[in-house]
Amino acid sequence: MSLVEIENLTISFGGKPAVSGLSLSINQGDRFGVIGESGSGKSLTALAITGLLPEDAEVSGTIRFDGAPLPQDEKAMARLRGQRIGMVFQEPMTALNPLMRVGAQIEEALKLNGQDGDSAVVGLLEEVGLEARHAARFPHQLSGGQRQRVMIAMALASAPDLMIADEPTSALDVITQRMVLDLIREICDRRQMTLIFISHDMRAVAALCDRIAVLRGGKLVESGTVKAVLSQPAEAYTQKLVAATRMVQRQGEPHVADKTLLEVDHLTRAFSQGGFWRWGTQPLLAVNDVSLSVSAGECLALVGPSGCGKTTLARMIVGLDSATSGQMQFEGTVYRGGDLPPARRADLSLVFQDPFGSFNPRLSVGQSLGEPLRLLPGLDHDEHDQRLVDAIESVGLERGMLTRFPHEFSGGQRQRLAIARALVTRPSLVVLDEPVSALDVSVRGDVLDLLARLQNQFGLTYIIISHDLDMVAAMADRVLVMEAGKIVEEGKPAALFAAPQHRLTKALMEARLPDLVS
Amino acid sequence: MNWRSVFKHPGLTIGLAATALFAMLALLSLVWTPYPIADISIARRFATPGAEHWLGTDQLGRDMLSLIMSGTLTSFTVGAIAVLIGAGIGVPLGLAAAIYGGPVEWVVLRFSDLAFAFPAVVIAILIATLMGPGASNAVIAIGIFNVPVFAQVARGGALAISTLDFVAAARLAGLRKPMIALLHLLPNIASLIIVQGTIQLSLGILAEAGLSYIGLGTQPPATSLGLMLRDAQSLFLIHPWLSLAPGLAIVVIVIALNIAGDGLRDALDPRLRNRGLANVAG
Amino acid sequence: MGVLRPMTLYILRRIFGFLVTLLIAAAVIFLLLDLLPGDPARFILGINATPEAVAALRLQMGLDDPALLRFSNWLFGMLRGDFGLSQTQKLPVAGLIAERMAVTLPLTLFAMVISVAIGLPLGILAARHRGKPVDTALMILAQTGVAIPNFWFGMLLTLLFAVTLRWLPPGGFTPWNEDAWASLRGLVLPSLALALPQAAILARVMRTALVDVSSQDFIRTARAKGMTFGEALWRHGVRNALLPVLTILGLQFAFLIAGTIIVENVFYLPGLGRLIFTAISERDLVLVRSATIILVLVVSFTMLVVDLAYGLVDPRLRERRA
Repeated sequence: MSLVEIENLTISFGGKPAVSGLSLSINQGDRFGVIGESGSGKSLTALAITGLLPEDAEVSGTIRFDGAPLPQDEKAMARLRGQRIGMVFQEPMTALNPLMRVGAQIEEALKLNGQDGDSAVVGLLEEVGLEARHAARFPHQLSGGQRQRVMIAMALASAPDLMIADEPTSALDVITQRMVLDLIREICDRRQMTLIFISHDMRAVAALCDRIAVLRGGKLVESGTVKAVLSQPAEAYTQKLVAATRMVQRQGEPHVADKTLLEVDHLTRAFSQGGFWRWGTQPLLAVNDVSLSVSAGECLALVGPSGCGKTTLARMIVGLDSATSGQMQFEGTVYRGGDLPPARRADLSLVFQDPFGSFNPRLSVGQSLGEPLRLLPGLDHDEHDQRLVDAIESVGLERGMLTRFPHEFSGGQRQRLAIARALVTRPSLVVLDEPVSALDVSVRGDVLDLLARLQNQFGLTYIIISHDLDMVAAMADRVLVMEAGKIVEEGKPAALFAAPQHRLTKALMEARLPDLVS
Repeated sequence: MNWRSVFKHPGLTIGLAATALFAMLALLSLVWTPYPIADISIARRFATPGAEHWLGTDQLGRDMLSLIMSGTLTSFTVGAIAVLIGAGIGVPLGLAAAIYGGPVEWVVLRFSDLAFAFPAVVIAILIATLMGPGASNAVIAIGIFNVPVFAQVARGGALAISTLDFVAAARLAGLRKPMIALLHLLPNIASLIIVQGTIQLSLGILAEAGLSYIGLGTQPPATSLGLMLRDAQSLFLIHPWLSLAPGLAIVVIVIALNIAGDGLRDALDPRLRNRGLANVAG
Repeated sequence: MGVLRPMTLYILRRIFGFLVTLLIAAAVIFLLLDLLPGDPARFILGINATPEAVAALRLQMGLDDPALLRFSNWLFGMLRGDFGLSQTQKLPVAGLIAERMAVTLPLTLFAMVISVAIGLPLGILAARHRGKPVDTALMILAQTGVAIPNFWFGMLLTLLFAVTLRWLPPGGFTPWNEDAWASLRGLVLPSLALALPQAAILARVMRTALVDVSSQDFIRTARAKGMTFGEALWRHGVRNALLPVLTILGLQFAFLIAGTIIVENVFYLPGLGRLIFTAISERDLVLVRSATIILVLVVSFTMLVVDLAYGLVDPRLRERRA
């Protein structure tokens, strides 16, 4: 019997449809995955089921819950979702009231459903793997994973029939992500709960769900059992998504020269905690006595959980930050970070993670791309323009786009532009900070192909910062694993991932979601 | 922002139009008023509004419309110069605090605490003690009062922008901090500053009225809307119109400016415009 | 690390900042008034005084001491409650100011209470019904209220309630110890005149803050738990929205106390403002200096209270150490 029945659902904003003509049926006991990229309408669909759409949304079509259409009355709808639907959202940072202890927030959910008592709070906390003492904490005193557990405990407070999890793990790091996914699966099994799991991650859906719907641009692409859809996708779009989950090896012939390009020597970066008032606080060692060397033509990957110091290390290498002690040597120039002379900065560049924040919205693409050329004062006007054209064409875009503004480009295009900007000074070393993690799955492969081609074409050396082990395995010649400011393991990706030695590397490997069955 | 987006916001259109109307009346008073404002004639005092004197005459027989036109010019001028002083000092201070951080930021923040501790009236009192009352007194007092407001707005906006990657990209491209502030931060906080400018302009006009009313601002023979209220004070119970007309002029000007400011904020800040969709991630 | 320590540190830091601000403010006031051209002693004694008499008075007033000594004498005198003698009235300044504060402070406080009592509920109401006619009507009202000069509003109130309806006195003030009820009645119109424009500002700020909060994720979480939008806004929104409102409340106190100086002219109240104007026209520097530092003290003390209240409301602030 179907618990949720969506018929011909259309949601639009100001006349523009965001979801159109969607029909889905979710049965009691299903674990139903909804997959789609940004703008696919997957989150809106979830909000429509719970009656939480923004006020300016225009909705048509019907949604039935347990046989009855959703109540129109706001209070009745609120009670229905409180008692029978539990929800977990994407952002654990902002989804909890910052001024209220988490125990009180869980208790509130219990009271709204006529239950009572501290013992129930403790029971819920234990069910999601937290302890009774966590009830007295404020949200900012918990980690992202712990907050997401609190959210799950709150969703379970009313013993709901249906749980809707909207990208519950995409803001978490790899290891926590796996633990939260396992927790959701375990709870659904134990409580015989129906699950709607919304995600952009094929492998997470495959690991958790038994049925799946693929959404694109507000329309249903295809749906069916996970096995059928993922092993024999009927639609080209689904095929592309499935293909994108398999990383293709991208290193070509061995191209590593026998020459050291960058040498990092006992580098340490300490951050004093407390700013002006630094009484009795220990400095935080974001990077702690790190040494490494990079050969010309190599692709080196730095992996590790968030906060392990990999980004701080990268910022020092490109000269955005300075080391507290230790030094670096780049092709004979000794530096500590910020003191890298402008003439040498042209030989080093950085590609940022977020393609939306890395361009000044008020400058044209040409102006932004031309900015690093200040480092090469000898260029005349024609050479300057030629550099811009070369750079933008090398990343597969057209020279006419130089006069446009950043908001006219998609995320994937912006990341190509960011790469073009990094290449405009013709550097030898490019540092890539999570180069594809902010992009939609279907364009990640294209950007990685581009990076591999550019490396071959211009003989570039890459340092890739990432938490994505599959991407690293496909791109890197050598991998360094970082934890708490130190390098804890090193090796070639194939060997390292096949037989991890360090506890962290093992945990990272275990947290990897299984490949899709093919 | 282009002109089409101005007309998408009716508040902005109305507010700007009304403000422009008053500003034009005020400017007109430089070259022409119905009667000279210094033209005193006891014979025609306390005239009621009519064909000859549209808004009547005051206790000295001066034409009220002429006085209001001229007074509006004083109010706008004082408010606008005070905004220029406030933004001219405050915005660079706020930007410096945001890009240099550390001791520079500490000094700017303490300075702004200090300036907040002196309400405009207190500054005006001190200046009046030093130099005697006058319109420039009001300009300086309100201007100083504006400085920390602009400093905080600029610092807050610049801090939010400076965490974005394009600022780091500019540093990688070898730009020095003042250049980054000028090229990357200032253009992106300009809309915030313009909106704050309209708010401070309307507050400045109110403050000028208050200071002139207690005798610390504009002095005769010049006139301002606040000074007209001061002159009418003793006659208020017998001839309320003399107070009502300039008071209403202040109210309408300030409402026009505030509506224009709200409209500007909606038009310039797309984050506020799209709030309805902000909840929806995918 | 205990729970108390960061909170104690937070309080200590704020108090230290308050004292530093006050010290610099005193220095600024002292320097400004000390730079004043002209000789106060000659001003007091008049044009015809003999040079000997002027010199004697200068000595008596301590005007020939080094500036730093005079500054520290002033500061330490204030710490003991001794604000010096008024140069023209020959009375202790502390007493003169205290007498006037008995009007100014109650007036400010009444106005504050009225503006909060009117502004916050209306702001919440508007946010609760945002986009609906109630909201539009309230915001038009607020837009008008913000634009009305308080002293002009005072005139209108006098015209209506004192002259036409004769409910309340049009002005003047009966000292508290003579007839407290009459004193209170005398403060009703002035405090309304001060409060209503501030209430309009407060309503707008409260509405904006609440509308901002209402789009945040934790409101959606509360609704997901089974609350209606209104319930979620009331239980989770209002407290979070109060954080930005607190800052405005602190600034409002400064506006109000400055406003009393202006508004007391409309109602002929013997407040601090009148004292200061007399002092300015008579060039009574000791009085101006002490009265302004008192105003600055009251304003920055309010800011301190707001900062500490922030710490109480927001657990994140108690622990942030930067």
